[in-house]
Amino acid sequence: MVSSILPLKIEAVTVRRGGRQILGPIDWVLDGQGLTILMGPNGSGKTTFLRVMHGLERVGRGQIAWNAAAGDVRARQAFVFQTPIMMRRSVLDSIAYPLLLDGVARQKAMTEAEALAAQMGLGGLLNQPAQAISGGEKQKLALARALIRAPDVLFLDEPCANLDGRATKEIERILTEVRAGGTRIVMSTHDIGQARRLADDILFLHHGRLIETGPKAAFFEAPKTPEATAHLNGDLIP
Amino acid sequence: MNDILQGLSQAAQLVITGDADLVEITALSLQVSLGATVIASVIGLPLGAWLAVNRFRARRFVIALLNAFMGLPPVVVGLIVYVLFSRSGPFGVLGLLFTPTAMVIAQVIIITPIIASVAHQAIRELWADYHDLLISLNATRGQRIRTLLWDGRRALMTASLAGFGRAIGEVGAIMIVGGNIDHATRVLTTAIALETGKGEFGMALALGFVLIAVAVLVNLGVHFLSRTERGSRW
Ligand SMILES: Nc1ncnc2c1ncn2[C@@H]1O[C@H](COP(=O)(O)OP(=O)(O)OP(=O)(O)O)[C@@H](O)[C@H]1O
Ligand SMILES: [Mg+2]
Repeated sequence: MVSSILPLKIEAVTVRRGGRQILGPIDWVLDGQGLTILMGPNGSGKTTFLRVMHGLERVGRGQIAWNAAAGDVRARQAFVFQTPIMMRRSVLDSIAYPLLLDGVARQKAMTEAEALAAQMGLGGLLNQPAQAISGGEKQKLALARALIRAPDVLFLDEPCANLDGRATKEIERILTEVRAGGTRIVMSTHDIGQARRLADDILFLHHGRLIETGPKAAFFEAPKTPEATAHLNGDLIP
Repeated sequence: MNDILQGLSQAAQLVITGDADLVEITALSLQVSLGATVIASVIGLPLGAWLAVNRFRARRFVIALLNAFMGLPPVVVGLIVYVLFSRSGPFGVLGLLFTPTAMVIAQVIIITPIIASVAHQAIRELWADYHDLLISLNATRGQRIRTLLWDGRRALMTASLAGFGRAIGEVGAIMIVGGNIDHATRVLTTAIALETGKGEFGMALALGFVLIAVAVLVNLGVHFLSRTERGSRW
């Protein structure tokens, strides 16, 4: 067994853009098991925070450290972007692409991609151009592409934003399975019901700062901050 | 107007009878221009992609240089190649002056900047789309470039065709380095220049129409080939 890339230690991390501090300072440790849901109003910094953890954002001050002993940490994470990035390839080729990067033989990569596509309900679209499928289908494709390497850590930025109820349920079922398989998941969502269904613990971001963190039950039953309370009630945040 | 019609009918006549001289110079035109396009593409496409993906200090300068080179006057390129390859020049010993090879060299110099520049533009757009994904998937530098070249192959084809179009219609440089020698370095464009100089407008026009037809056919051919490819919807 290879050592885990966790814990991820985030210390006093800040991100500045356009002369404004849009994130932080944030201190947090990602470790253990389960599924963490990142909540917060529009513009609170969810996307930025996820990207920071995945190493896609230049940070100002602070430290981000994965368990370095685990070797190449990037290769063992996956990220599903808020706006799916579709390659100019077919659905099947897109899902197989990460395996091809890893040097997996083409035939084997295709077989695995096909199986995963079928599991994700994309079986009928294998030869369609990825850029031509529907918004919801693109999100499923992006998830399949993220899962095909069986990552240790999976980041998802509002993965169900464009999905109908049935597709959302389907994704939630898959995420539950992935979580049970030992993948550590961090995802943002605006769907409070989804957060209740999926989360083990909750992070609540407000103006770029983590103002609440903790187990799901505590957060939903007795939020500690007026901001979180208002957010859960769908009120304007004070 | 009459001249043009006459040129057209003369062109048809030359083509139908399979005029030996016409076949020879057309074949050499294609050979030189396609050769130059292939070589320039091998240099220019990866160069364009590399410039689109890498940030380094001299990048802007290189791009500005490339754009400036796109406008290189062919006559001057011809002159420089001539001097370099003339008997007293640094490459004189190679004895390449007045050979098709010298013509290819001159054309490569003229069209590489065009191909690289068009490729750079196309790959830059694709890279903007793919950037986060390829970084996230931990693609190596080489894998990124290969992915961009492959997924951008349609646009790159266009880049190469732009280079070919410039090459096949070019006359100034190859006239100087090739010398327009009958049965050796005469191509369509230099033959047209010669016929025009002699006042043989009918013949010049006829060759001109053949030149246009060849250029169009090559473009159509490439287009057709890329359409038949699987996943041609891109
Ligand atoms: N490159 C940038 N330049 C300037 N401001 C930025 C940049 N990226 C993000 N921001 C700002 O940072 C803040 C946080 O953005 P972010 O995308 O992380 O929010 P979010 O919580 O994901 O919002 P949403 O729920 O709408 O997706 C926003 O106010 C945004 O305008
Ligand atoms: Mg966001």
